[in-house]
Amino acid sequence: MTAPVVDATDLRIWYGTPRGPVRAVDGVSFSVGRGEILGLVGESGCGKSTLGRGLLGLLPEGAKMDGHLGFKGEDLLAMTPKERFQRRGRDLAMIFQEPLTRLNPLMRISEHFVETLRTHHPKMSAAEIENRSLEVLRLIGIPPSRWKSYPHEFSGGMRQRLMIALALVLRPAFVVADEPTTALDVLVEAQIIKILHDLRENFDTSLLLITHNLGIIAEACDRVAVMYAGKIVEIGDARTVFADPKHPYTRELLRSTITLATDGLHSIPGAPPDLVAPPTGCHFHPRCPDAMEVCRLREPAIRARGGGPVMVGSNDVACWAATPEGLTAGETAPLVREELSVADEA
Amino acid sequence: MPTKPEASTDSRAGTPSGDDPVLRVDDVGIHFALRGSGFARLLGRDTGVVRAVDGVSLDLQRGEVLGLVGESGSGKTTLGRALLGLVEATSGSITHHPGDGAPATDIAALHGRALRRHRTKLQMVFQDPHAALNPSMDIETAVGHPLVIHRRASGAELHERVVAALERVGLAPAEQFLAKYPSDLSGGQKQRAVLARAIILDPEVLVADEPVSMLDMSVRAKILQLMLDLKADLGLTYVYITHDLATAKFFCDRVAIMYLGKVVEIGPTAEIFANPRHPYTQALLKAIPDMDPTTVMGRDAPRGEIPDAARPPRGCSFHPRCPVARADCGWEPRDLKALVEQHWTRVPIADYERERALLGGLSDLDHSEHRAVVKPRGGSVADVGAVFDRIRDEKAGEPLWQGVTATRATADGLVFEFADATAVPLRPSGISEVACVRYPLAGDPAELGAEAGRQEHGPRQVVESPG
Repeated sequence: MTAPVVDATDLRIWYGTPRGPVRAVDGVSFSVGRGEILGLVGESGCGKSTLGRGLLGLLPEGAKMDGHLGFKGEDLLAMTPKERFQRRGRDLAMIFQEPLTRLNPLMRISEHFVETLRTHHPKMSAAEIENRSLEVLRLIGIPPSRWKSYPHEFSGGMRQRLMIALALVLRPAFVVADEPTTALDVLVEAQIIKILHDLRENFDTSLLLITHNLGIIAEACDRVAVMYAGKIVEIGDARTVFADPKHPYTRELLRSTITLATDGLHSIPGAPPDLVAPPTGCHFHPRCPDAMEVCRLREPAIRARGGGPVMVGSNDVACWAATPEGLTAGETAPLVREELSVADEA
Repeated sequence: MPTKPEASTDSRAGTPSGDDPVLRVDDVGIHFALRGSGFARLLGRDTGVVRAVDGVSLDLQRGEVLGLVGESGSGKTTLGRALLGLVEATSGSITHHPGDGAPATDIAALHGRALRRHRTKLQMVFQDPHAALNPSMDIETAVGHPLVIHRRASGAELHERVVAALERVGLAPAEQFLAKYPSDLSGGQKQRAVLARAIILDPEVLVADEPVSMLDMSVRAKILQLMLDLKADLGLTYVYITHDLATAKFFCDRVAIMYLGKVVEIGPTAEIFANPRHPYTQALLKAIPDMDPTTVMGRDAPRGEIPDAARPPRGCSFHPRCPVARADCGWEPRDLKALVEQHWTRVPIADYERERALLGGLSDLDHSEHRAVVKPRGGSVADVGAVFDRIRDEKAGEPLWQGVTATRATADGLVFEFADATAVPLRPSGISEVACVRYPLAGDPAELGAEAGRQEHGPRQVVESPG
């Protein structure tokens, strides 16, 4: 495997609040290889969007980030804000959820592209700007005859295509797509997923695809990272993880998703924890059907599935039950806990 | 694992217990006038209407869950709101047959106080529980509000009924929640409170507009289960409005698939999912992202998007996106323009620029007629013909060409004649009803001829339980 485009080690992001720091991302490590699509899945509030924005340095005021974040061998977190600013757009790009609010209604499509390219390549000629933009638009399925149109003349799906084209026209090596299809209809969603899936062939781009939809992950991604309460609890090859989930949260999430094959309802008891004061030990233990005594006391480290070392591209899981080697009988005893009331569940 | 209660499984095959509609929707149209510019209004120019719902007829049988499924802009929410009189129907009638034997009422004809009084029997659950609860009203006041508005209870009785409703929806012990504000509750808890408010007046029908789509996966199942329990306990009838086919498949007894203001297919859920007939239904089913990663990516999603309801396509609204469209589906100049634009996304830039100089912006094709004239801007009619020959050769299976009956080179330009469009009312096919020229498949020709004009007897005979 070639060197990863992006590699994060023990990345932490927290927000200051009057109640104390919210640990939105709490020590995650992962890497994205060249041309690879990594899916990041989790429920709302698990920190997936914060992580995506943090990778680009787009965190709001009051957020702090530490750890190691490598991009093509450089440490992004050690850079000055100006150096990071220069990387953004050119090397690292973002596709947002709401295409309708991200385009300037007073600017023609052509002006959006001119502005984007001029900002990053001040010396580019007008003809080259047009050629390069039309080439990207073509690949993304927008007729060149719409070059001078305004955003309101496009449908929702077309606007999302425009957003993707605007991100790709700078030929970034890494793109973060945050819920790119959530505002779109089913049929258009399928069109956009196909475009994202084909990105690597057309643009040689690595992609972090953030979504809550497991179906999209299964269709579009090579690898998947499952996030729960600020941590990556399981990461690995998408097929392997979906076919044989090792973390109880992954398994329960897959079971509770309603699909065309669903014939009975299943849900995870309890609710995601408060990230100001997350549970001790494994963050999932209060809701986990497999919880053991050790889960309440000690936090499981992320380990390779078979128990071996974590390597680039290996299938890893952070769960005591999945890697129980070295635990005492007392520690593996089932966890005794109080009953959850129905109301706490919702 | 909690499973679907018996009460609704036995009704799944079709319409429960014969013909006992609680709501009967008959040829309902809901049109919104476009405002247009002030100048256009001064000149008295017609600015057009959006046909959000266009000639929909269906019955809601007592005790069933009817799904209204479609993409945004299909009119499903507008129709759902009209069932409660929240939107006024422009035409047609919506008759409510109360379960207590009271006389039937046309909701579409009710106004003001009478409508509000009547609405106690029909309640709505909205998509966004965060927006459906007043942030400055505590849960006790919010849930009890309908009883106060309709002067059904006060004082100790009000309190008791609120507590009972909260416990019924799983917000127990209710004392813990009475004094809380919506901001203190999680999304799922808020949706439970909204359900409590909806059932407190003892309604017959609940219209639920995307009740779980704002919620996380692990919570959706809980709310759906709660809704099934409420239905069994309180004898409710649901209209479930959604764009999510997976929950509709699980939750509904019958499903109506809507596209651009029309019902294009309706039938028992099992039949719709096992034998989808309308090409739109088939496309929707194919487009659901599959959780099984062994399936190969590359499903053919239909091109384009749901059209503008102010300028609906000729003939069948789905024809511009339909992979199996025929000659008589209503092909028109706009489709020709879309085809040329698609062609331009495939050719090299130099070819595009040459063809663009020849054909211009094609704005002449922006209308809906049976005839299109493509005028050459910088060349001869023969050059235009060559471009279209090229487009034609590019994709042999393009259904549009079936709908072109003649192509003639005239002094004006290249003229395309399109075939007439066949009307597509809902017609029975098997145990479903479909609005598509391709169905019924092996139907007798006499039946087709009789049905082609205006559907006389409505859908209700057809959805009778097969057993």
